[in-house]
Amino acid sequence: MNKTARAPARNTKIMNRFDLTSRLVARLKNEEAVIGGIGNTNFDLWAAGHRPQNFYMLGSMGLAFPIALGVALAQPKRRVFALEGDGSLLMQLGCLSTIATLAPRNLCMVVMDNGIYQITGAQPTPAAAVSDIVAIAAGCGLANSSWAADEEDFERLVDLALSASGPTLIGVRIDDKPGTGTTRRDPVQIRERFMNGIGVRQPL
Amino acid sequence: MAAAEAQTMTQTLPGKPETPWHEVVLQTLKRNDIRLVPYVPDRVLTALIKSIHADPFFTTFPTAREEEAVGIVAGAWMGGMRSAVLMQTSGFATLANVMASLAVPYQIPLIMFVSERGTLGEFNYGQSLVCRTMRPVLDSLAMEHHTVTRLDELEFITDRSIKQAVTTQAPVALILSPLLTGGKVEN
Repeated sequence: MNKTARAPARNTKIMNRFDLTSRLVARLKNEEAVIGGIGNTNFDLWAAGHRPQNFYMLGSMGLAFPIALGVALAQPKRRVFALEGDGSLLMQLGCLSTIATLAPRNLCMVVMDNGIYQITGAQPTPAAAVSDIVAIAAGCGLANSSWAADEEDFERLVDLALSASGPTLIGVRIDDKPGTGTTRRDPVQIRERFMNGIGVRQPL
Repeated sequence: MAAAEAQTMTQTLPGKPETPWHEVVLQTLKRNDIRLVPYVPDRVLTALIKSIHADPFFTTFPTAREEEAVGIVAGAWMGGMRSAVLMQTSGFATLANVMASLAVPYQIPLIMFVSERGTLGEFNYGQSLVCRTMRPVLDSLAMEHHTVTRLDELEFITDRSIKQAVTTQAPVALILSPLLTGGKVEN
C-alpha cells in the first residue's frame, strides 16, 4: 500500500517550535499559565524565557493537557495554555474527550506536530504518515480545533483562544529541530514557583 | 442504586445506626474540602460515584485512564483546589510511571482511593495477579498507604491520611478492602 496516498493533505507551513513558543509567550499579558510537556516542548518554553506562571514536566509523558485541565478547573478566571508534542498526545488521546466533555472556557491546547520522537532519535510516530491530530481532536468533540497555516495564523489563533468561550486546540506543524535550551530539572522548585506564580502560595 | 447496594455487603456497627462506607468517604472528602473527584469507574465504587455525582459540592467526572486523572489532580492542586482519584486495583497498576515522575518528585498530595480487586474471593486470575503488584509498587516508592478493612476505622484512617498528605505534600493510597466494601463476587 502506498502510504503517501493515504497521508492527510498538508497545506500548512512547517514552522519551528522555539519560534512559535516565543510568539505565544510574547502575547501573554495577564499572567496566563503555561504547561510545557516533556522534552523539547518544555525546553523551548524554558528557552523562551522563564515566567513564574510556567510549569515544566520532567516525565509523565502525555499529561500536559490533563495537568492544564486541572489548573483550568481550579482557576476558571485564568487562561491556561498547554504545549504538547504529537508523540506525547498519542499516549493520552482519551484526555481530549474528557476536556471536550468538561469544556473549560479558559483552556487552550497547542500540539507541536513533527511526526517524530525527535528526542529519542527522530523515529516516526505511528501516526506520522496517516493521522491528522486536529481531525482527531475535532472527532473527540473539540469543535474549536484548527491547524495554524503559518506563524501569523498561529498568532491569530492564540488571540482567539485568549477570548474564547470554550476549549481550543491549535495544531502546528514543526520541523525536526531539537529544543533550544534545557530546563533546570528541579521538580520541587518548578512546582513551588508555579504555585507562587499563579497566586496559590507566597514564597517563604 | 438499589441494584448496586444489593451487590455490596455493608458492615454495620452494633448499636449504632448504619452509615454505609461510601457515605463515610463522601463526608470525609467534604470535611477536608476535596471538591474535585476524577475517577475510572468500578463496580464496588458505584454507590460512592453516584452519591458524589448527586452532591453539588463536588466536581466529578470519568477519565479515560487513571494517569489522566492523576495529571488533573496535580494541576488542580497547584491551582489551589484539592482533589482525589477513585479507581480499581488494575487501574492503579498503570500508575508507576506517573507516581515516580510527577506525584512523588513534585511533592503532590495525590489522594487515591483504590477499590481492591484480586483477593478474598476473586474469580478472575488476572485480577488476583495484578493485585499482588500494588503494595510492592507503593513500598518501592516509599509511599504512604493503608488498607481499610473496618467501617469503624474508615473515618479515622481517611481523615488523618488526607490531612497528612496535604501537610506533608506527599501522595497516599487508601485501599478499600472487600472486608469493608463487600468486594465484587461472581454473578
